[in-house]
Amino acid sequence: MLDVFADYMTYQVFEITKGSKLGDAVNFFIYDSLKIFIMLAIIIFFVSIIRTYFPPERTKQLLSHKREFLGNILAALLGIVTPFCSCSAVPVFIGFVESGVPLGVTFSFLISSPMVNEVALVLLWGMFGWKIAMIYISTGVLVAIISGYIIGKFKLEHLVEEYVYQMKVGQNEIESMTVAARLQYAKDYTKEILRKVWLYVVIAISLGGFIHGYAPQDFLADYAGKDNLFAVPLAVLVGVPLYSNAAGVIPIVYALMEKGMSMGTVLAFMMSVTALSLPEMIILRNVLKPKLIAIFVSILVVAITLTGYMFNIVL
Amino acid sequence: MMKIEILGMGCQKCSTLLETTKQAAEELGINAEFVKVENIKEIMKYGVMSTPALVVDGVVKVSGKVPNKEEIKALLNS
Repeated sequence: MLDVFADYMTYQVFEITKGSKLGDAVNFFIYDSLKIFIMLAIIIFFVSIIRTYFPPERTKQLLSHKREFLGNILAALLGIVTPFCSCSAVPVFIGFVESGVPLGVTFSFLISSPMVNEVALVLLWGMFGWKIAMIYISTGVLVAIISGYIIGKFKLEHLVEEYVYQMKVGQNEIESMTVAARLQYAKDYTKEILRKVWLYVVIAISLGGFIHGYAPQDFLADYAGKDNLFAVPLAVLVGVPLYSNAAGVIPIVYALMEKGMSMGTVLAFMMSVTALSLPEMIILRNVLKPKLIAIFVSILVVAITLTGYMFNIVL
Repeated sequence: MMKIEILGMGCQKCSTLLETTKQAAEELGINAEFVKVENIKEIMKYGVMSTPALVVDGVVKVSGKVPNKEEIKALLNS
């Protein structure tokens, strides 16, 4: 279906000669963008409907007084579907801690929420295949579970700003939504996300079509291939201060992979960019003492680096 | 006079919500006092976990999204 449309657009509407280099590139571009936008629209729509059942207020109740480990697993999984924006990180953190969600469990949520979500899933799936997408999502969840669990084990509650514990949080009714309201929410949300990410997707796909000719294919392979042990930690450290969502980092991920950086190193870079950022740390400084921020960042850097090595060995 | 509070720690969506609500109130001819609440302690008093949030006369009307002008008008009228 899609290929018929792509063929029609390329060879009939734009009248490009079949078999020419330009024709191939344009055909590839139309086909791939359509495929990814359709996948994005469908999957975001369905995830948004699931999401309406888990507003942060509900997630908080589910996680409150959960045992460690089980709580970490649940938090990391809920992080996939719960809407999260780094500007809400502080109210979410306080709301969680105040209602009795253990600190480590809260961190599992804070790590998983920006790093693994349906947008990352679709983009990786569309650009690199479902295997890579599944590996990214499952190890992302694993990193969130383990890092949160370790932070919990360290008993760092004293490194949270004191006022957080004294805070009186008002009770807010969770309004129950009608089916129509859920569908409306899902439609609005899908539109909003598509508006936000379309440009990045177009850039990533154009790179895919045109980058081949310009830089030598294995430009990065010598420096950042599997054999270079420093490649993974370096990629992770470079990614730490950078701030981007999953969509924004995709064009870079594509270019790096295309130019010979190994899969594990690239995925580790993507995790580090989405999970950690300078703006988020500045925002979290409102509730965490600097020492806890440092511990949080270090544990994540180590966990993501190990994940990167693991991929490079396995893949 | 109606008291309209916009809760949020200074993200871009908060300013969008403030602007849209101002327009909505103006078009309805409502005389309202607008307050931007950026202090986290004040925000948490309302139990809001996703910002921005719209509070009218002490009642949380919306949280975690920016409704369009028509939706805000409906909220202000109710």
